[in-house]
Amino acid sequence: MGILDKHVVLEKNATLLLVGSLLVVTVGGIVEIAPLFYLENTIEDVEGMRPYSPLELEGRNIYIREGCYVCHSQMIRPMRDEVERYGHYSLAAESQYDHPFQWGSKRTGPDLARVGGRYSDEWHVDHLKDPQSVVPESVMPKYAFLADRLIEPTYIEDLMKANQIVGVPYTDEQMENAEADWLAQADPDSDYDGLLARYPKAQVRNFDGAPGVSEMDALIAYMQMLGTLVDFSTFTPDASR
Amino acid sequence: MSKKPVEKKEVETTGHEWDGIQEFNNPLPRWWVWVFYATIVWGVWYTIAYPAWPLIKGATAGYLGFSTRAEVAAEIDRFTAMNGELEAQLASADLTTLEQGSDLHNYAIQSGRATFATFCSQCHGSGAAGNVGYPNLLDNDWLWGGALEDIQMTVQHGIRSEDDDDTRYSEMPAFGDDYLSDEEIAQVVNYAMSLSPVTQPDADMALAADGATVFADNCTSCHMEDGTGDRSQGAPNLTDAIWLYGDSKDEITEIVSNGPFGVMPAWSGKLTDSQINAVTAYVHQLGGGE
Repeated sequence: MGILDKHVVLEKNATLLLVGSLLVVTVGGIVEIAPLFYLENTIEDVEGMRPYSPLELEGRNIYIREGCYVCHSQMIRPMRDEVERYGHYSLAAESQYDHPFQWGSKRTGPDLARVGGRYSDEWHVDHLKDPQSVVPESVMPKYAFLADRLIEPTYIEDLMKANQIVGVPYTDEQMENAEADWLAQADPDSDYDGLLARYPKAQVRNFDGAPGVSEMDALIAYMQMLGTLVDFSTFTPDASR
Repeated sequence: MSKKPVEKKEVETTGHEWDGIQEFNNPLPRWWVWVFYATIVWGVWYTIAYPAWPLIKGATAGYLGFSTRAEVAAEIDRFTAMNGELEAQLASADLTTLEQGSDLHNYAIQSGRATFATFCSQCHGSGAAGNVGYPNLLDNDWLWGGALEDIQMTVQHGIRSEDDDDTRYSEMPAFGDDYLSDEEIAQVVNYAMSLSPVTQPDADMALAADGATVFADNCTSCHMEDGTGDRSQGAPNLTDAIWLYGDSKDEITEIVSNGPFGVMPAWSGKLTDSQINAVTAYVHQLGGGE
């Protein structure tokens, strides 16, 4: 049987078998993963996507720190029921600046990929402080302490730099203005024209309605922008993706 | 029944031998071998039929032309076609002339119920009974009006919604910010409490008497001289039993001092016209519609 008889050699040598198995798995991995890095249609170009503003990025870090992803996914699957409840299915481009991404398949709470603008800031404050005060049937824990923890933009530039290293295209201008933009977004009385030019569609408000910038401000700034960047009235999905 | 002795066929051995123990070289079971071959054939067919092989610009599209996006679009189209006629009628319907019990009315209520559960219940409650700070929609106390066109307007443009230029807007000043002294606030709070049947027993009538002047000077342009409110400004009626932010003296003092005001998102860009009409009709028939 020629070559088929040679398997005896592999089966009798544990090291050789290990190396052989590794090679097979490697080929599988390369075929499945490598194309994602060069295929043009892996991430389609979508108008409107931009890196997170400094305050939104800060809020995203709080989101991750508090483990919100344990109960909330940020990925609307392409199914009718999900599209009707949450909005247009998520596009790869919408999480292209996410490190790490917040997809997921376990939903104890609802998907948050398009929660931005659906509720008022006041609702978010009430809901984060005491979820059962507005949704009695909720099992979400209380996050009232977020409102008491005032924060400063001391490390925001480092955080943006870390994101830059893993591929988020923050410009030099954005890096230089990191602290100023961070402060401006939570202060509607500030001069925020620069912020809006650097981060279109950024929302400038005192999100928690209380003086100072708290973790609550940052988290709500992040949640209120989720899913708001792409204008789906002008977006035509390419069916071949 | 005695056990038959197992007949051992003569099978060649693999030639391995360890301490006198030899390994038979039995062939694999037939069925197993065929299933194995079948999976290989199926695998090849699968990569031809469905998107699979990565090429230079994209992956092969697959003979069957399967696409998740096309599938969900077709599924949505199927439902749109099923309800299309009613949806179209509802989108342009004059809600005031919807006939009770007609197909369109039933459809509007059912569809409105689903829309309400998905988008509105987080604030107004799954039964529409509201929460502190988020109005109850079952009663007949309306901030901005409870007629069909009022509700429709509120759903479309929201209240104090930043991203809608036609939104309903008014702002109660924070009277604690240098407008009124603590003493004046205490007076006007007691006066307001004396207007409502639920808070009247707790009101300090002596303070309330002085509060009448404070009220006349500062509050009447929105809440009206008799305290019955003004719907065109979303100013609540203070003479009824309903207190949106709580009816204790502390809670009312907080409102007068800091003037919090609720925000409702505008839904005209997020919901379709028929969904807005449906949820309007649904809310209107909950009990308080005018």
